[in-house]
Amino acid sequence: METSAPTMPAERAAGLAPVTRFLRTETGKGWLTISPPLIYAMLLLIGPIIVIVANSFWSQDYLTIDRTFTLENYRAALTEPIYRDLLMRSLFVSVTVAFVTVILAYPVAWFVSFHGGRYKGLWLFIITVPFWSGYLLRILSWKVILGYKGVLNETLLYLGVIAEPLSSLIYNVNAVVITLAHSWAAFAILPLFVSLEKLDRSLLEAAADLGDGPVRRFLRITLPLTMPGIIAALMIVMIPTVGDYVTPKLVGGKDGVMIANAIQVQFGKASNWPLGAALAVSTMVIVSMVAGAIVLLLAGLKRLLK
Amino acid sequence: MSAAPMIDIRNVDKVFGNFRALDTLNASIGEGEFFSLLGPSGCGKTTLLRMIGGFDEPTSGEILIGGKSMAGIPPNLRPTNMVFQSYAIFPHLNVSENIAYGLKRLRLGREEEEKRVREALAQVELSELGPRMGNQLSGGQRQRVALARSLVMRPKVLLLDEPLSALDKNLREQMQVELRHLQRQIGITFVLVTHDQYEALSMSDRIAVMFAGQIAQIDSPKEIYQNPATRQVADFLGGMNFLTASELAVDGKVFRAVLPGIGAITGHLAGKAISDPASAIIGIRPERLRIVWEGETADHIVTGKVVDRNYYGEMTSLVVGIEGQSERVSVVETNDFGADDIPVGSDIAITYDRDAFIIMQG
Repeated sequence: METSAPTMPAERAAGLAPVTRFLRTETGKGWLTISPPLIYAMLLLIGPIIVIVANSFWSQDYLTIDRTFTLENYRAALTEPIYRDLLMRSLFVSVTVAFVTVILAYPVAWFVSFHGGRYKGLWLFIITVPFWSGYLLRILSWKVILGYKGVLNETLLYLGVIAEPLSSLIYNVNAVVITLAHSWAAFAILPLFVSLEKLDRSLLEAAADLGDGPVRRFLRITLPLTMPGIIAALMIVMIPTVGDYVTPKLVGGKDGVMIANAIQVQFGKASNWPLGAALAVSTMVIVSMVAGAIVLLLAGLKRLLK
Repeated sequence: MSAAPMIDIRNVDKVFGNFRALDTLNASIGEGEFFSLLGPSGCGKTTLLRMIGGFDEPTSGEILIGGKSMAGIPPNLRPTNMVFQSYAIFPHLNVSENIAYGLKRLRLGREEEEKRVREALAQVELSELGPRMGNQLSGGQRQRVALARSLVMRPKVLLLDEPLSALDKNLREQMQVELRHLQRQIGITFVLVTHDQYEALSMSDRIAVMFAGQIAQIDSPKEIYQNPATRQVADFLGGMNFLTASELAVDGKVFRAVLPGIGAITGHLAGKAISDPASAIIGIRPERLRIVWEGETADHIVTGKVVDRNYYGEMTSLVVGIEGQSERVSVVETNDFGADDIPVGSDIAITYDRDAFIIMQG
């Protein structure tokens, strides 16, 4: 085996500055190696957040920013009925989308993991195929499916299930939920697949041996032991969907508008950065709290399944 | 062994693709019997055990438990419980919850359930560990929890898939004794899969020795060791010296042979049928050969040369070359008289117990 690097004699190392000496240790080398991407990532992560948080405590008068500290933006963001409604709707949509996506993705992940056999890789590949097309293209194809003269309405008409096209398919919250659930499916399937792959199959055999049929085995073994994957999938879907403003704009109609659309307007047409920032920060905090609550709830549920 | 078999294995075959994992197996295991399936890895012993437990179905043939055919009956509906090789302790549950896992479904009531868990914990001497999580246990503790979790279900048959192979030597020997005690105490049928011949010999009432999907011999440990049916069985269970015979004849219950360098010997077939005397082979266990020390006399003296010496602490194995014998012979002696000091290359005189020669199918 080769040594990782020539080590310096102690007497020579002693003469060096503490920083230089630190950078020559294994830990130091590790930090040195990851620092370019780390610095880059931190700047891109922390920079915008600082800008947003700072803006949220300022005020704007047409084009000039007044940098005196104020809580007025938060008052508006949290008490004005329009923002409160939009925020509640966004939370409702994102939580619904997250659960719908995970409930639909779980059987897919389960099938690939338990019955994929030699073709697991191929299955995962097939699952990602729709994501080769653009984000907008996928949303627009849902417009084609759900539209007034869309595929779904035409099919139902043809089959005689309905007499005239349904106008309730698109331009509402349901359409947003359906479209987002599809958009994020692969991102939910992957963490679920990984956690199902890690599940020791002999535990299921032991549960069967101790008298459990397939349903009980799932509830008492598979579900609690894949809970980390479920939580990860929920978060991966829920958190970004709160901030989505393209899908509501394209398929949501006026009833599907979400908080991110309001934020976008404040940063864009309305040109009120401080209010937009306060809305963004409020959303961020509330979403984090909701996410935390869901994690705690599911962790509690896991303890109950025995 | 009582009259009615607890497990009846009838003409069981298992084929995986082109591979015949089990080939027309027949065996019956009695109620309260400690039965071992012994064989090298890949011989099909675990497959057979999994079939008794319901985790695999035979390709043809059937398995009966308590007189009832188990065809198509899933593991959760069989009167068997299994201790898995990996123990399969549920990591998200603590020790008590692991043990209570199967009881939950029986709806015994809280008090009865807790009582049974307490008893099971005491039975495997883990009373203190009830609240410990499943993923915080040592190997020996996991093994005990797996055992308690199965026994608490009060099965008719307990299946053990190499339950001791992951433990270190001292713990393994201790657990062998404990398992044997436990089985006698509760009196249910144990079926143990092992590749360790000493484990099988020390624990079992009967052993089935398996090679390549077939059962070579089913017998008591003593019979299996002292009177192996085939060369393969003899070889798998401890050392065996196979001897070259210039003449070999089977006559009723007796066989006679002339062994070059050793002399003319006779022996008993001991109930065995030698179908093909031409391919039969004579053998003797190394411990049935003794060194003739200076000043001692013996009826039959065989001379040879020490080729190699292996020291095992309390005893020494000497490898001896005998003129006329194609294979070297090993002699195991305790070290009380200085067998460990005999130099390699020296001439040596050995003798044998007259009744120690065994005839086997080659």
